[in-house]
Amino acid sequence: MRATIEVIGLRKRFGPTLALDGMSFTVEPGRVTAFVGPNGAGKSTTMRVVLGLDAADEGRALVGGRPYRTLRHPLRHVGALLDAAALQPGRTGRDHLLWLAHSQGLGAARVTEVLDLTGLGGGVARRRAGGYSLGMRQRLGLAAALLGDPPVLMLDEPFNGLDPEGIGWLRGLLAGLAAEGRAVLVSSHLLSELQHVAGHLVVADRGRVVADTGVAALAAATGGLEAAYLRLIGRRGDA
Amino acid sequence: MPELLRAEWTKFRTVRGWVLTVVAAALVTMVPGLLFAAGSHSSCSEGPIEVPCPAPLLGPDGETVEDRFSFAHRELTGDGALTVRLTSMTGVITYPPPDHDKIVAGLVPWAKAGIMVKDGTRPGSSYAAVLLTGGHGVRMQYDFAHDTAGRPGGVSPRSPRWLRLTRSGDRLTGYESPDGRHWTEVGTARLSLPDTVRIGMFAASPGDLTVKQSETGGSIGQVRFTQTTAVFDQVSLQGAWAATEVGDSPGQTDWERYHRANGLVRSGGTFTVTGTGDIAPSEDGPTVQDTLPGVPFGLVVVVVAAVLPIAAEYRRGLIRTTLLACPRRGRALAAKAAVIGVVAFAAGLAAAAVTAPIGMSLLRANGFVLPPTPLLTEVRVIAGVGMVFALAAVLALALGALFRRATGAVVTAVALVVLPYMLAVFSPVPDDVSRWLLRLTPAAGLAIQQSVPAYPQVLSHYVPGTGYYPLPPWAGLAVTAGYAALALALAIRSVRRRDA
Repeated sequence: MRATIEVIGLRKRFGPTLALDGMSFTVEPGRVTAFVGPNGAGKSTTMRVVLGLDAADEGRALVGGRPYRTLRHPLRHVGALLDAAALQPGRTGRDHLLWLAHSQGLGAARVTEVLDLTGLGGGVARRRAGGYSLGMRQRLGLAAALLGDPPVLMLDEPFNGLDPEGIGWLRGLLAGLAAEGRAVLVSSHLLSELQHVAGHLVVADRGRVVADTGVAALAAATGGLEAAYLRLIGRRGDA
Repeated sequence: MPELLRAEWTKFRTVRGWVLTVVAAALVTMVPGLLFAAGSHSSCSEGPIEVPCPAPLLGPDGETVEDRFSFAHRELTGDGALTVRLTSMTGVITYPPPDHDKIVAGLVPWAKAGIMVKDGTRPGSSYAAVLLTGGHGVRMQYDFAHDTAGRPGGVSPRSPRWLRLTRSGDRLTGYESPDGRHWTEVGTARLSLPDTVRIGMFAASPGDLTVKQSETGGSIGQVRFTQTTAVFDQVSLQGAWAATEVGDSPGQTDWERYHRANGLVRSGGTFTVTGTGDIAPSEDGPTVQDTLPGVPFGLVVVVVAAVLPIAAEYRRGLIRTTLLACPRRGRALAAKAAVIGVVAFAAGLAAAAVTAPIGMSLLRANGFVLPPTPLLTEVRVIAGVGMVFALAAVLALALGALFRRATGAVVTAVALVVLPYMLAVFSPVPDDVSRWLLRLTPAAGLAIQQSVPAYPQVLSHYVPGTGYYPLPPWAGLAVTAGYAALALALAIRSVRRRDA
């Protein structure tokens, strides 16, 4: 399987709101692709459609050339972090990963590996998830995404709730994952979190892609990266 | 699929609250039955002296029976036949409603008179009989539980009924005829009888039962003394006839003492047999079913245990994680249903398997004589608790997936599974309403608990409140299974269609 995400002409309407309006882009392996745009640009909806959670009214989304719903052991193909708060408070972090591992035919050994990888090794993961801080939940969500050692990663706002040390750690982790040849798509509403780690940039606004470019190319534009970004999404510097 | 089942099981067992809810369901199922058994006492006395209660009368198949009638009989060795003409069948019913002030002439529907081959005169011994009833025509009956209908209608001196019973080895065949020339077979029975048996004419009349609905909800049954007198002639066998009141101590009522005693009056070739009692299966004493009154309460907790996990997945957004791990949504929901079904089955089975034997030995220790229940029936009743729990859990899970909310799903599931049973058993609704409630609603599956069969040839108050369900055990369970399957199918359709 080629590690790619292909989003082709997605359209989706929620009642009167047009959430996706012809969203199209491709995520290539071997680099971190930043998926940025203001709140409501359609980033999360796009990810949910790619992951088969929402159905698009039009268009297609493929992971490694196949629709997500056709994947057997999907977590071994795509690792996703959508909502780190989605945990059963009475269940420990380790047990949360354990049932996910069981669903993919994996064992407890792999759970220990990803816990160590995400800095949740030791006693933390044996505590109930209800007591976790947002940062710990993000780390647990990342551990879940990495569980199946997938060639494709889709992370929705993974920096939320991380302390400065955690932000630095995550940047390093993402760069390492891309260097291993994985396709890494990271969404954020703050470009600044990603500018030093992303090799490629997909800027979305009002349900469609307004720029699909290398970070270096955009940074070379008048006024630097941040100004170019704000121009793209049609906001002035005060946004 | 095995991976998915394992994942769902891991998911369930790693939340302590959910496991404890299932344990609570088992305990709630156990406690009422054990309290009832521990707190109930039975004693028997002869005059002022307390004596051990007599063992129930058992038929040849080991089931409890009633065997009480007047028998005019003689010996039959080897093969043979008896033919008689029945010219009259009359009777009395003492003090029937509405005024309860008169002894009236009449026959109860299952009054019986006819001819019989019986293994001696000991109550409970094997027999076969061809007989006329008060209201159900000619029947062929044998060994208490078996009943075959012949031609309907009654008897009068102008239109007599001829009856014939033949024995050929272990095969007994009953015939009837309007004229003694043209015979119709009514039925046959294969019985293991000794070479020498008793053959003759008999009469019996079961008590007249009326049931009043009481204002507080229950029902009040009244049974009245009745008596049947049958006149036979053209008796094909000659010889020494004896008369026995099988299973009866004679002359207990004033009617018998001063008006007409039970027994045989012979005048030339005419035999007049008068009798009271019944030859039929009986239900007497508590059975395994009575140790499980906690089942409807356990069901309420099972419903909660099945709804909690699925409702929590929706509330926490975990359903998306589940569907990421298993994008085939039908399978994902089916795996959840399978796991909660098996868990609920285990809880119900464990609760019943502990409660039933302990409850029954408590009842025995407290003086009750429990009629023997076939082992397969006990296994069905005990495993049935597990099966009803499993189906209720699947139904509740499906409602949880449809509603995505705990409260609505629990209320709906309880209203569908438990409420109809409670209304049928504990509320003052008419008997017919309570029967329909347990035919049409998912509560029908509780019929799997019925441990004593209802016999159409025995007049009794067969209502859910006394442990008799309108549907056969497995048919009732099938109704509940149908509801569970329907709800699961709707839930799968809805989960497939909706965005997660």
